[in-house]
Amino acid sequence: MNAHLSRREMIAGGGLVVLFALGPQATGQGGGVEGQANGEGEVAPGLPGSLGQHPVLDSWIRVAADGQVTVFTGKAELGQGIKTAIVQLAADELDIGLDRLTLVTADTHSSPDEGLTAGSHSMEDSGTAVANAAANVRHLLAEQTARLWDVPVASLSTRNGQVTDGNGRTLDYGAIAANLSLHVPARLDIPRKPIGARRLIGKHLPRIDIPAKLTGGTAYVHDMKLPGMLHARVVRGPAEGTQLIDPDVAAMAGLPGVDRVVSEGRFIALLGRREWPLVQALRILGQLEWERPGEPIPTGDRAAVVKGLSPRVEPILDRQDESGGEAVRWVAARYTRPWLMHGAIGPSCAVALLEDGIMTIWTHSQGVNPLRGAIAEMLGMPPERVRCVHVEGSGCYGHNGADDVAADAALAARAVPGRPVRMLWSREQEHGWEPLGPAQVVELRGGLDAVGRIIAWNHQVWSNTHVTRPSRAGDLIAAQELGRGFTPASPRSLPQPEGGGDRNSIPLYALANARVTKHFLQDMPLRVSAIRSLGAHMNVFAIESFMDELALATRSDPVAFRLRHMADMRARTVIERTADRFAWGRRTPGTLRGHGFAFARYKNLGAFCAIAMDVEVLRDSGRVVVHRAVASVDSGDIVNPDGIRNQIEGGILQSISWTGHEAVAYDERSRTSYDWSVYPILRFEDVPLSVEVDLVDRPGQPFLGTGEAAQGPAAAAYANAIAAATGRRLREMPLTDDAIRTRR
Amino acid sequence: MLFGRDAEQRYNRKSFLRMKVLRSGWLRWLVIVLALLLFAFLLFLVWAHRPPIAEITPPPRTAFAAAEIRRGENLARIGNCVSCHQSAHGRPFAGGYGVQSPFGTIYGTNITPDAQTGIGRWSLEAFTRSMREGVSRDGRHLYPAFPYTHYTLVSDADLRALYAYFMTRDPVRAEAPVNELPLPLKFRPFIAGWKLLFFEPDRFRRDPDQSAEWNRGAYLGEGLAHCSACHSPRNWLGAEQRSEAYNGGWSAGWYAPPLNETSPAVRAWTARRLQSYLRTGLSVHHAAAAGPMGPVTHNLARADEADVRALSSYYAWWMRDAPASNREPPLADRSETARRAHPAGAALFAGACATCHEPGATMMALGGRPALPLGSPLHERHPHDTIQIILNGLQPPVDEAGPFMPAYRDILTDRQVAQLVAYLRTRYGSGPEWPDLVEEVTEARENSAP
Amino acid sequence: MIELEVNGTSHRINVDPATPLLYVLRDDLDLHAAKFGCGLGQCGSCTVLVDDKPVFACITPIAALAGRMITTVEGLGTREAPGIVQQAFAEEQAAQCGYCIPGMMARAEALLRRTTSPSEAEMRAAMRPVLCRCGTHMRILRAVRRAAAMRGGGVTDAAEPVR
Repeated sequence: MNAHLSRREMIAGGGLVVLFALGPQATGQGGGVEGQANGEGEVAPGLPGSLGQHPVLDSWIRVAADGQVTVFTGKAELGQGIKTAIVQLAADELDIGLDRLTLVTADTHSSPDEGLTAGSHSMEDSGTAVANAAANVRHLLAEQTARLWDVPVASLSTRNGQVTDGNGRTLDYGAIAANLSLHVPARLDIPRKPIGARRLIGKHLPRIDIPAKLTGGTAYVHDMKLPGMLHARVVRGPAEGTQLIDPDVAAMAGLPGVDRVVSEGRFIALLGRREWPLVQALRILGQLEWERPGEPIPTGDRAAVVKGLSPRVEPILDRQDESGGEAVRWVAARYTRPWLMHGAIGPSCAVALLEDGIMTIWTHSQGVNPLRGAIAEMLGMPPERVRCVHVEGSGCYGHNGADDVAADAALAARAVPGRPVRMLWSREQEHGWEPLGPAQVVELRGGLDAVGRIIAWNHQVWSNTHVTRPSRAGDLIAAQELGRGFTPASPRSLPQPEGGGDRNSIPLYALANARVTKHFLQDMPLRVSAIRSLGAHMNVFAIESFMDELALATRSDPVAFRLRHMADMRARTVIERTADRFAWGRRTPGTLRGHGFAFARYKNLGAFCAIAMDVEVLRDSGRVVVHRAVASVDSGDIVNPDGIRNQIEGGILQSISWTGHEAVAYDERSRTSYDWSVYPILRFEDVPLSVEVDLVDRPGQPFLGTGEAAQGPAAAAYANAIAAATGRRLREMPLTDDAIRTRR
Repeated sequence: MLFGRDAEQRYNRKSFLRMKVLRSGWLRWLVIVLALLLFAFLLFLVWAHRPPIAEITPPPRTAFAAAEIRRGENLARIGNCVSCHQSAHGRPFAGGYGVQSPFGTIYGTNITPDAQTGIGRWSLEAFTRSMREGVSRDGRHLYPAFPYTHYTLVSDADLRALYAYFMTRDPVRAEAPVNELPLPLKFRPFIAGWKLLFFEPDRFRRDPDQSAEWNRGAYLGEGLAHCSACHSPRNWLGAEQRSEAYNGGWSAGWYAPPLNETSPAVRAWTARRLQSYLRTGLSVHHAAAAGPMGPVTHNLARADEADVRALSSYYAWWMRDAPASNREPPLADRSETARRAHPAGAALFAGACATCHEPGATMMALGGRPALPLGSPLHERHPHDTIQIILNGLQPPVDEAGPFMPAYRDILTDRQVAQLVAYLRTRYGSGPEWPDLVEEVTEARENSAP
Repeated sequence: MIELEVNGTSHRINVDPATPLLYVLRDDLDLHAAKFGCGLGQCGSCTVLVDDKPVFACITPIAALAGRMITTVEGLGTREAPGIVQQAFAEEQAAQCGYCIPGMMARAEALLRRTTSPSEAEMRAAMRPVLCRCGTHMRILRAVRRAAAMRGGGVTDAAEPVR
């Protein structure tokens, strides 16, 4: 599985792959069938992944007469490596070399609409679709050849872009495709390649997007440079919720280097040929007076503030089994999380061009299709005349400023038809205006019986919505500023099984009695939306901290206590493998040193992930040194093992940053975390000394979303290790040095 | 044991033998003078001698009451002990920080309770003697870079609490580096001579005419906090000039501005503003704590609030007659004059500094960071603080979040820093142009190399 | 008119001398590796080398650069012939979104030009000014260790934390 491919293997097609007799689910379609698809409604029930919405093969794969294959995915590369994984799947299932394959990612005019690239769905939705579409195409190519040669299809095999009969007769895919329509629906009865015949799936393939990123190639939308392109900046108050008071727009045109001011309603953009004068202009305009209409932002005790935001009760789970017996002991705890920032290193950027009546927007949005709808509505254009093309941006981690800056760019570009406009937010605008990850409160109450088993469980979570992504014009800042009555959609409470603030609030443990309640908060004093893993970070932090508190109350080993309550075999496997690799319980940590453990299955649908951490707390400063983090992950069928490791490593570090270092500051008027000096994130001196990721491969099983799987377990393992080191439990994020020092 | 008793006797015998030969002439008088000098030197050695204090078995953590340790922690923060007793990548109190003196580098020692390399075998008596008299447990005199000239004022009870605190830290095995001093200064008995001239063991005496808070502030400020160690000038032998107390001094290449009526601040240092500065590392009416003052505020932010209030009112009292206490002048912004006088500096400022320091910058408009003319550096007699901040930047002094400035050490050349400093002085500062700026920058760069 | 030497080539630039180098690199010289991240010298994604030292291009006015030697990541190697640091980052797959990576590589290059055998603490301290949001730090450190070894040195104590 870890074997590196030789260059020849990567490019050429490897050994012969015979075509198997057809039959329902011959080797399993391997689809993430239980996941919620994010795109439009399902039109072909039963087909796996996004084939359910887009069953026609040529929306996924086209074979040109020269044998070149183009693969389409509606998902976007966010640095998670999806392009590489899709390429591996397609090339392997099609039996072609990588040099024959071109991948097209999210583009409203060419790729299938797969909704958002979010929720760790890309492999489940698109990976599954592409793999099965490729299997279908390979089979159709063989069938066509069989007809041509008048031989049974089962006597044929494929190799490196050719169909062959084993007697020296071959036919290139390109030649076959010339007479073959792929505009046909995918069939359910066409099997995927047998596992033993895989050439690329499960192997290490270096990420295809990395070389350009290492050598100064055009890798990001920020790097785009089109002929005649103008630079643009948008003029706003210092943070979301604020408005400039009567800005003198006419005077702005006189600022040096400002070639044009685009203004409508409260929307103001400055356009110019050079960037630096625009940066200076923004700084001069930073002195403009501003106000915050509406209610002041509530400040003070976090739990009181959050719980006071007009909660609406939504029952999530009510499992009652009277036979469980009586609780002899109750434990209760409250956990909180502050508002968090996505904080991509590069501020949001988009390039837009209005030409021949078509508005094209190059954007790093996670959802080109929903964005197109919202922008078309804002511009009053028919959606088909608006095209959104995904180009990589900096980071992502959820709904940041990407969509808003795309709308800003579109408004600016509309004023200068024929000229591309590159709109870039300033660092302070990104910090000030991006939607935040919501603050949350979780209260847990658990009942233990006489033998130390959990027999009652009550989980209450308070949270705003976790999605205010653009579903219509009013969700975009620019549209709101136009003053044409565009208003945001009312906040949505995402339903289970995935959930929003309640994501992962249902413990996977075998609990006879369990009640989970979501208090959906309707007031949003700070702009919020999706941040990586949504409510799972908070709920898993709380549940897994609480499991340790219960284990402590029963004087049990935390891992043994978890296993005692865990029936799911795959969950048990990652727990046991992590404990084993970490040598859990076999070493006694020294003074102010502690071991922490946590587990979750993301969304209870995605990847299984268990993490153990070994931390040391420095006595005088309270600083935490993470000596070692060990994770074991079951993502189902592994396509690119290093891609999974990269995501888990990154998730662990990012979660340590969130959990240990971050909180958005605000006062009654606005956010006050306006740059990195006042919103510090993890730096090198605080990253672990070692991180190991162990992969459990399940070839042939459905892909399980992995991109967000580490956020919750890493947070709780970190908190549990600190509690073990100091003997005191911290329940309020962030677990800062001072909190650790003073509570010790 | 070169100067042990045996050696003395041997030397004296030889001298007697030679007396006969030198019975006459001026040489005789020379010998007598030399002998007298030698005798005086021997007397000095006897006088300078301090006996070792017996080692103890390192006491267990449980030997100290929790409340005592907590009190000690507060005092150690007020004393800013960790600044000299921790190296850049070392553990707290394990020593290793090099104090730069005009005579050479003296390294903070390991004051963790490690038995071999720290103070694990020190009794309370030994600890007390070191703090009060500047003598190590083994009897060696300690260099006055260790400010026992101030610690001598500390009360018995506070020394006990500090002892309890240090003896309950995690022991760290770490040998402090050898001091880098010229040979004669390595001879420790000389320190006793220095002490004879400049040091008198003393105890704090309260001023009955002042408030309890003032007295608390004076006790802490003159004692453990040893503020005047940096903020007062020193004589050629490195002793604080008491007659010029708080008239401004030096610390690690930074100028520590006056804390008396000559304070260059353009806004009054009221007790309240000082309190906010010392607790948060930032006074919105002045500037952020920079250089060696950063760690001071880091510690004071975690010290007892009432103690910091006492320090604040004591030093506000010291600065009660400073110019800004009577009249706060309007803030200077002579941008045109400065641009004409220093065009190169103006261009550097526009590209390197304006993004954060002009009034429309978010950190100014929203973050309320003080404008450049509010800080003391541009009004000081010496350019060093301005140069140091530009070269080395500023890390948030108190928390992970806070005032930050990148270091321009590798961005600007010495000449460019000098151009920028000259521009800043003209645009925002007061006082005459600073001379020899390029040389000052070169020297500051060398002395503050990371 | 200011003459800038970038990656060994001389360029005459006729813009406001206060203009930070970053905009000249990206907009005038088409060198995209250095990225805009904050414009405040806080995140390091714009880091390039000036006279072998790492500097934040976003706050370095070109007025400061006449006669000094500027090296960007493009100057370390190309896709076809990558430099040692680039090879090491590729080998370790040390990128997620990758936006911070050119700054990381510039920092690493500056460190290794100073010493090919830094300690772990020295390495982490040298890399500290550059922020990564994806959490790629472990790989970045591995890549720097690998590059140090490829240059005939190595990171001396592989597991000492910065205190």
